[in-house]
Amino acid sequence: MNMNATLIGQLIAFTVFVLFCMKYVWPPLMAAIEERQKTIADGLEASKRGEKDLELAQAKATEQLREAKAQAAEIIEQAKRRATQLVDQETQRGNEEREKIISQGYAEIEAERNRVKEDLRKQVAVLAVTGASRILEREIDAQAQNDIVEKLVAEL
Amino acid sequence: MASEYSTADYIQHHLTNAKMCNTESGIAFNKACADAGFWTIHIDTMAWSIGLGILFLAIFRSVGKKATTGVPGKLQALVEIVVDFVDTNVKSTYHGKSSLIAPLALTIFVWVLLMNFMDLVPVDVLPRIAALIGEHAFGMDPHDVYIKSVPTTDLNLTAALAIGVFILMIGYAIKMKGITGFTKELTMQPFNHPAFIPANFILETVTLIARPFSLALRLFGNLYASELIFILIATVGLFQLPLHFAWAVFHLLVLPLQAFLFMTLTIVYLSLASQDH
Repeated sequence: MNMNATLIGQLIAFTVFVLFCMKYVWPPLMAAIEERQKTIADGLEASKRGEKDLELAQAKATEQLREAKAQAAEIIEQAKRRATQLVDQETQRGNEEREKIISQGYAEIEAERNRVKEDLRKQVAVLAVTGASRILEREIDAQAQNDIVEKLVAEL
Repeated sequence: MASEYSTADYIQHHLTNAKMCNTESGIAFNKACADAGFWTIHIDTMAWSIGLGILFLAIFRSVGKKATTGVPGKLQALVEIVVDFVDTNVKSTYHGKSSLIAPLALTIFVWVLLMNFMDLVPVDVLPRIAALIGEHAFGMDPHDVYIKSVPTTDLNLTAALAIGVFILMIGYAIKMKGITGFTKELTMQPFNHPAFIPANFILETVTLIARPFSLALRLFGNLYASELIFILIATVGLFQLPLHFAWAVFHLLVLPLQAFLFMTLTIVYLSLASQDH
């Protein structure tokens, strides 16, 4: 092969290219690449953090839901108990009321009966006296015969 | 193919560089330069290599200037893949801190790759175009217009690259170990005894000198041979089509490999030069 001045020309070209590349090509490209790598790394880390946060939030939400459910169950239970209690109370009160009303009725009836008895007794006394006088066809001295009538009435 | 010329002439024609030299009667070209000796320039090698080098730098520079740190465009993605590939290679081999080695490796890789890929341009295309231009624009005999479009098939270019790397190797060795360290490395290894200094010196010098030689000759030899075979295939008539295809596909592997090897060996040599034993 014939070596000649091309060698020198190429050596100069090579040097110039390498220096140009070193000064104007490599730094901006490398800077861009490294910047993006950093951005991506940050993004990945942020997403990982976000995932963890989400997990925590979910766990918290589940916990709260469970608590709420338990509370709700307790409240329902309480309400049921209260309802049963109220029904019992009201039933008892009703019964008492009924007893009272019934006994009152009885008392009233009794009083009425006594009154009617008394009335009857008086009328029977009058009737008896009237009857007796008719039988005797004479005026009986009411005062004198009163003791007999009284006895009769008491026997009724 | 030049039909009135023999196959040997055809091959010879394709393997001759376009030359330019300064003779007594002014600037002369090609055959007139046969006796010009060292002070001849291969204008095709120079033009193609510098053109491709500028193409490489222009593309990478424009991408670098517009580089976004957000979502990159397709060209930027490609450039970044190449840069990152080179950077990974440099970082895995060269452990020191140097702002020169990575850009050097990038320049070597992409530039050599581009020059190698000129090998895939069909062998007759550029010489024909050059011949037409030479005939009609300059009134030359078309057979006297030479063009060898693959710069890496010119030993001058590969040797220039290797010499550049060699100078850097020496420079790094002296910078990292000092003159005494470098001298010691050449004389006190592998046998650490004063009596062995001459033997050591011969061994180590051969080792050192062999590196740029292997760099230059490996690239030149591979590319020259492959170009020669492309030209040979071009002489076999219609069968050249499948043969060209097969050979070109094979070179999709060989051409990047040679560029990669040149880059990797450069990094390795510089790494060895700057390491203390």
